[in-house]
Amino acid sequence: MTINWSEYGDKEFFDELVDARHRPRAPARDLLRYLESLSSEEIRERQQAAEIAIVEMGITFTVYSEGENIDRAWPFDIIPRIIAADTWDRVDAGLRQRMQALNLFIADIYGKQQVIKDKVFPEELLANSANFRQECVGIEPPLGVWAHICGSDLIRDHKGEFLVLEDNLRVPSGVSYMMENRVLTKRVFGELFEDTSIRPIGDYPTKLFDTLAAISPRPMDYPEVVVLTPGIYNSAYFEHSFLAQHMGAELVEGQDLIVGDDDCVYMRTIRGPQRVDVIYRRIDDLFLDPDAFRKDSTLGVPGLMRAWRQGNVALANAPGAGVADDKVVYAFVPDFIRYYLDQEPILPNVPTYLCYREEEMQHVLQNLDSLVVKPANESGGYGMLIGPTATKKERAEFARRIKHEPRNYIAQPLIRLSTVPTIIGDAVEPRHVDLRPFILQGDEMYVTPGGLTRVALRKGSTVVNSSQGGGSKDTWIVEAG
Amino acid sequence: MLSRVAERVYWMGRYIERAENAARLVNAYATEVMDLPRSLGTGWHSLADITGASELFTGHYQNYDERNVVKFLLADTFNPGSVLASLKMARENVRTTRELLPTETWEHMNRLYLYVKDNVHSSLSRKHRFAFLNNVIFRCQQISGLLAGTMSYDSAYEFVRLGINLERTDMTTRIVDSAVFLLMPRKDEPSDYDSLLWVNVLKSLSAYQMYRQHVYTRVIGDEVVRFLLQDEQFPRSVARAVSEAASCLKALPRSDTPLLRISRLQRRVKEAEPMNMSLEELHAFIDNLQSEVNEVHGQIAATWFLIDSETAEQQSA
Repeated sequence: MTINWSEYGDKEFFDELVDARHRPRAPARDLLRYLESLSSEEIRERQQAAEIAIVEMGITFTVYSEGENIDRAWPFDIIPRIIAADTWDRVDAGLRQRMQALNLFIADIYGKQQVIKDKVFPEELLANSANFRQECVGIEPPLGVWAHICGSDLIRDHKGEFLVLEDNLRVPSGVSYMMENRVLTKRVFGELFEDTSIRPIGDYPTKLFDTLAAISPRPMDYPEVVVLTPGIYNSAYFEHSFLAQHMGAELVEGQDLIVGDDDCVYMRTIRGPQRVDVIYRRIDDLFLDPDAFRKDSTLGVPGLMRAWRQGNVALANAPGAGVADDKVVYAFVPDFIRYYLDQEPILPNVPTYLCYREEEMQHVLQNLDSLVVKPANESGGYGMLIGPTATKKERAEFARRIKHEPRNYIAQPLIRLSTVPTIIGDAVEPRHVDLRPFILQGDEMYVTPGGLTRVALRKGSTVVNSSQGGGSKDTWIVEAG
Repeated sequence: MLSRVAERVYWMGRYIERAENAARLVNAYATEVMDLPRSLGTGWHSLADITGASELFTGHYQNYDERNVVKFLLADTFNPGSVLASLKMARENVRTTRELLPTETWEHMNRLYLYVKDNVHSSLSRKHRFAFLNNVIFRCQQISGLLAGTMSYDSAYEFVRLGINLERTDMTTRIVDSAVFLLMPRKDEPSDYDSLLWVNVLKSLSAYQMYRQHVYTRVIGDEVVRFLLQDEQFPRSVARAVSEAASCLKALPRSDTPLLRISRLQRRVKEAEPMNMSLEELHAFIDNLQSEVNEVHGQIAATWFLIDSETAEQQSA
């Protein structure tokens, strides 16, 4: 396929596969040479083959729309995103550092709160944090770890620098799609794996199982680990099932679990009740246990918090871990790294204005047309204002909301997200991407080599969420050579 | 194994078998009808009646013509026994137990469902129907074969097999009943077509060859009925399918009550003398077998699927 580079994108953005003069970057050389060797027809056939495979493998995500749950085929672009191994190793180190600091912060917050006493983190921010759980104060989970699984969103700016956009510590999803994307690429571009040294990602489920097994309250070789799903209509059900299958764990719903009089958790099996040691829960805190949180939750298990507090069952992530998954707390993570680890942060944050600080709020209000405003506790790209493209009315509405609830808003400059060549119709065009690597912490740490690359398929758009027209790509960490 | 999951794989087995059998039933009946002269006045209505869904049918259609009946049995999603509806349910059950089943199960199941969804309407015309039905039968067997060949023979597999065999028992009785239905109005004047009818019944269950090999007579009604109800070796005969189901029950924990119930069914099949029954008696006997299959199902559900928190707590104590 001849790629018409003279019409390929402008130089305002960092493209991950080609440099400003449209020459292939070193790790992408083989791929681009290979793409050029294929006819447009062949490329189209492979894209179609991938799409058919997606339908047949049933790789779907669920969208709730017009009163119905619809299973949509996972959107996938066959051109992989490539990152050089030495670049990635630094990112990997930065993510480990960040995860450690986050866990130390959460443990501190539910423990002595030294970080507040030392005036590194303001107390008033904790007081109105939506994800702080009073019920968790004083608990010491196994290994001192609260967040066992983290999905951090990274972006690359116009210089190609990696920046952290947010840390998802509640129930981050996407890892199954990361793995399926690799399976698809192997099917479609099998030839490329012969000569290129691409870091494998297939052992994530094993690492996840080891992480979960490490926090079992009963020390044993094969503790009973289960994945707790809200059910088949949840948008990430595919992933819950995928992970249970690949770990050889039971996939349970709330109705399958009971807490006995001995404060232990049991699942209902055909042999009668069977003890559960570790629950990888994919249900938000507030739905976990109707006795402790929302009374109307039918997804959870009555008494679960009691069992957890007694140390009879491990929950991953621990309830309350989401306190660090907050866009205001996010702004303090570089300080946490310095405070807890006595290190300089390897991965920088995106510059962030906290509206709760009077002078920063004034700056935000005066510059709404150039900033991105986000609510502190939303995910999925909802409830955001993208200043430069918003209407006057939308900006006025956000100004009102910010003044009403300053704690709940942050603002960031619009980062010029990097691009990757993407197949659009019969041509290859640049599209903006982000990256979600997954980090595990139990008795050991693990970072996925690469992660899930999401791509905004609409021209010029930076919204990568699959529920809003985003697609995905396989991500290769390629060794030099 | 989780009770909820046991229930889902059991139903998966039933729905796959149901889809296959619905396809067999339509195939057999269509072939039977083609052989019969118009003067015998066979209608399509008995086909809808056999599946026990005549009320549902008349609620949606005015005429029992070929197109309506075939559409009802193959394509209508409001009929839970149709091929499309069964496969939709089977697919949903596979989708929600994917973590337990061999990976390819889901891919094959999904592909089969998509194939049926896309092609079922063209199968309403006689031209395409035969190929379509054969394809459905073959691909359902492919899935049961895949499970038999790649799944550990653990509780999950026993539940799948249990579902398959109970559904098979039920459907074999219905297919035999379909012939009884056709013969009843003209029982006083046996015709040359009768043996043709029984050949088709055998063929619809892929039983013709085995019948020939194991029963040393011509194809005559009494012998065919005996073979399909009581032969211990043919996998689609009632006696065999019930013993298979019984062996699944034996392999499962806490199975005393369902075993008791299925032994009664086994005895009933074994001790029957279909040769000495009139067509009406045979029809009533088959009706009875069907309700006993239902009772076995009820007992299975009570034992393994409906563990409420009270039973669970009693057991944990």
